[in-house]
Amino acid sequence: MRWGVVVFPGSNDDRDALRVAERVLGDQAVALWHKDQDLKGADCVILPGGFSYGDYLRCGAMAKFSPVMEAVARHARDGGRVLGFCNGFQILCESGLLPGALVRNRSLSFVCDVVTVRVETTDTFFTRGCGVGELLRLPIKHGEGCYVADEGTLAALEREDRVVFRYVDVNGRPAADANPNGSLGNVAGVCNAGRNVVGLMPHPEHAVERLTGGEDGLRLFRSVQASVREWAGRGPAGEPLASTS
Amino acid sequence: MPGLLARVYVTPKRGILDPQGKAVQHSLHALGFTEVHDVKVGKYIELRLRDAGREAAGTRIREMCERLLANGVIEDFRVELGEDGH
Repeated sequence: MRWGVVVFPGSNDDRDALRVAERVLGDQAVALWHKDQDLKGADCVILPGGFSYGDYLRCGAMAKFSPVMEAVARHARDGGRVLGFCNGFQILCESGLLPGALVRNRSLSFVCDVVTVRVETTDTFFTRGCGVGELLRLPIKHGEGCYVADEGTLAALEREDRVVFRYVDVNGRPAADANPNGSLGNVAGVCNAGRNVVGLMPHPEHAVERLTGGEDGLRLFRSVQASVREWAGRGPAGEPLASTS
Repeated sequence: MPGLLARVYVTPKRGILDPQGKAVQHSLHALGFTEVHDVKVGKYIELRLRDAGREAAGTRIREMCERLLANGVIEDFRVELGEDGH
């Protein structure tokens, strides 16, 4: 499959994402500059972590107006797969592709740590290879990762099974002290109504090799591969192609 | 050239956690300013514009706020529009 990784001025995890796609997964990967107006045939687009446009005004506020984001929004509207990690999650929220917003950590401190998240739904292209309730150890590094949304939005996310990851303790409980940033409902990641756009604050692209702190993130990238392989055998609207037999 | 000066105040929406405001409030209390019972920390933005009429400018500035300067999910905004004295 082909991965597209968007590079904004100020992105700094783009190389890691490209490296996962090419070196770890053995797939094709293409860097997409923020001024690009097409996604160069990417099956899945990653908005990486970093500090796009210096995080000026609000994290992700400038990036949402870059030309490449029009292409990303079109891709998302057409059911294409989009992932946002950290700053990428902030950009997806600012763009309205995901609900809610990410604000300053409740502690006011930048957090750099490894956290446990619980997979809350396997009904996304990103988590289909996991089990519900599975625990993953993933790194975080952010100052503005506190997920907020109004009550109605939060209730809808829960009702529609759109909370994808939640911060939990080692026993899998969403305890207050397992919440690194004050996110409402311990929410670490969500998806859109179409379930083809997923954003999360933790960094699965930093957890793909045992040598550098674990490979729990690999499960997620492999899920995307499986989803793309499955769809490759289908027509444009997702219906199975007529069998030749 | 005479122009307009727009003062835009962006503040955290009611009910949205404002950890900065909370921290400032705690510090004020520590300094003895115990009468302060709520603090909100926001942003102040100045815009200088060509004068194309107040009403049109007001509409344009609201659009700027809604599309870029404030995030309606977490922030409210207020605009004061006046003559640019500079």
